[in-house]
Amino acid sequence: MREVICIVCPKGCHLKIEENGEGGYNVSGASCERGIDYGINEVTNPVRVLTSTVKVEGGSLVRCPVRTDGSVPKEKIFACMEEINNVTLSAPIEVGDVVIEDIAGTGVALIATRCIS
Amino acid sequence: MNYDAIVIGGGPAGLAAARSAWENGLRSILIIERDKYLGGILNQCIHNGFGLHHFKEELSGPEYADRFIKLVKETGIEVMTDTMVLDVTPEHDVYVSNSKGFEVLHAKSVILAMGCRERTRDSVGIAGTRPAGVYTAGSAQLYMNIMGYSVGKRVVVRGTGDIGLIMARRMKLEGAEVLACIGASDHADGLARNVNQCLEDYDIPLLLRHTITEIRGKDRVEQVVAMQVDEHRNVIPGTEKVFDCDTLLLSIGLIPENELSKKAGIPLDKRTSGAVVYENNETMVPGVFACGNVLHVHDLVDFVTEESIRAGKSAAEYVLGGGKQGGKPLQIANGENVKYTVPMMAHLDKLEKNLEIFFRVTKVFGEGSRIVVTQGDKQIASFKRPYMISSKMEKIKIPVKLLAGVDPACGPLVVSAVEEGGGGNA
Repeated sequence: MREVICIVCPKGCHLKIEENGEGGYNVSGASCERGIDYGINEVTNPVRVLTSTVKVEGGSLVRCPVRTDGSVPKEKIFACMEEINNVTLSAPIEVGDVVIEDIAGTGVALIATRCIS
Repeated sequence: MNYDAIVIGGGPAGLAAARSAWENGLRSILIIERDKYLGGILNQCIHNGFGLHHFKEELSGPEYADRFIKLVKETGIEVMTDTMVLDVTPEHDVYVSNSKGFEVLHAKSVILAMGCRERTRDSVGIAGTRPAGVYTAGSAQLYMNIMGYSVGKRVVVRGTGDIGLIMARRMKLEGAEVLACIGASDHADGLARNVNQCLEDYDIPLLLRHTITEIRGKDRVEQVVAMQVDEHRNVIPGTEKVFDCDTLLLSIGLIPENELSKKAGIPLDKRTSGAVVYENNETMVPGVFACGNVLHVHDLVDFVTEESIRAGKSAAEYVLGGGKQGGKPLQIANGENVKYTVPMMAHLDKLEKNLEIFFRVTKVFGEGSRIVVTQGDKQIASFKRPYMISSKMEKIKIPVKLLAGVDPACGPLVVSAVEEGGGGNA
């Protein structure tokens, strides 16, 4: 059995994840479906949303905040950071603009999270 | 200039309050912001986890701000950025200064939404030299996320508040080595989820029951000394640990920024360091409302939004209803294991469906704990609430029908937190 604190929302439910003997898992302590998914992911394939900033040229600001448009595997986070550090955007930028279509082969896009004129 | 409402501060509280005042019928509204941009602290909070309550989706700080900036821009609300408010009077005069000069504005109602600022090295009295490399976590966040500086290579974080935990992860992602997050109490002050996803994910050591006793270094931080503390937070001799580092981040608490409120003669509460308010977020100066972190420090922007929507609505009701006052207010007090309550008073005749009370508990509560609301010997309401902790703000909504028999003359409504099986008459 593993005990983890759910990170899906700030409520921070105390999850208990146990193998159910049929190759699956039972999650107790979650107060929503997303918490159950998180619990199972945490023992099978832990994933996270990654946020950072990228360089901006010709804008009113020099950095644009970005995030992955979905969760990426935890072990790919530093590979994602390497790609993020090699990107330069040109203003104007809109919230939701795709910065990298498929970051570090995860199939997840990196998107801008601030408007920069 | 004369406005229906002047909102001081263009962060999440000010934006939501202004939009709500507009939706509730006010047409001449001004937001005054000292920064160049609207959005407040959310602009530098690039991490995700915002909006799960309000928007039912997970957004980053800038995205949450962007939603509200757009909601404000589609109305006729005026915005003055790069403008400092110098003074507010009890008569609702607002003295402002910007590149165009000095101006006195007037409003029928004023909404205080100035937010909070960070405690610094001086407020915890760390001894040693005064080199470069000592930052509050929020300043480091600004330098890194907005201005694009690297801030430091070998980092120690003093304090285990959310911003400290989030900056520990952020600096690790940007290639720095984070040697430890150091906190004096026996648990982290930030949300449990942030201990999990910011420290544990990145193998950053959490050093509890410790404090920083000395900063060393001439021009730049070279070392910090940590020592263990006892249950009274006194350092234990002989427990020194020396960290070789170039940066010390401080995440040691936030203080509501109420200088303007004091100038306006608004009574403040010692427990929250914010204004004393009624259930509708009105302060004790008629027509002046307060919401967000200037009222009490929140951990979730979603709750700031909810509170600010109420403040904006109340300001609209005040202006359109000609400043009608409620009956004798019911006092609300913090009981056993509760640090404070917001509001501190409520007009029962002005409540719609619920009386909403925010508070923090003073210790850690496990499974089976409850919040009990009493007046004298009589229990008014009881709420199941497992796993309460002082770092997480709690909220209860007492249905109006449960308050039917409550007479403000019979003493305060007392909010207490009790452990399983405890609580006497509960």
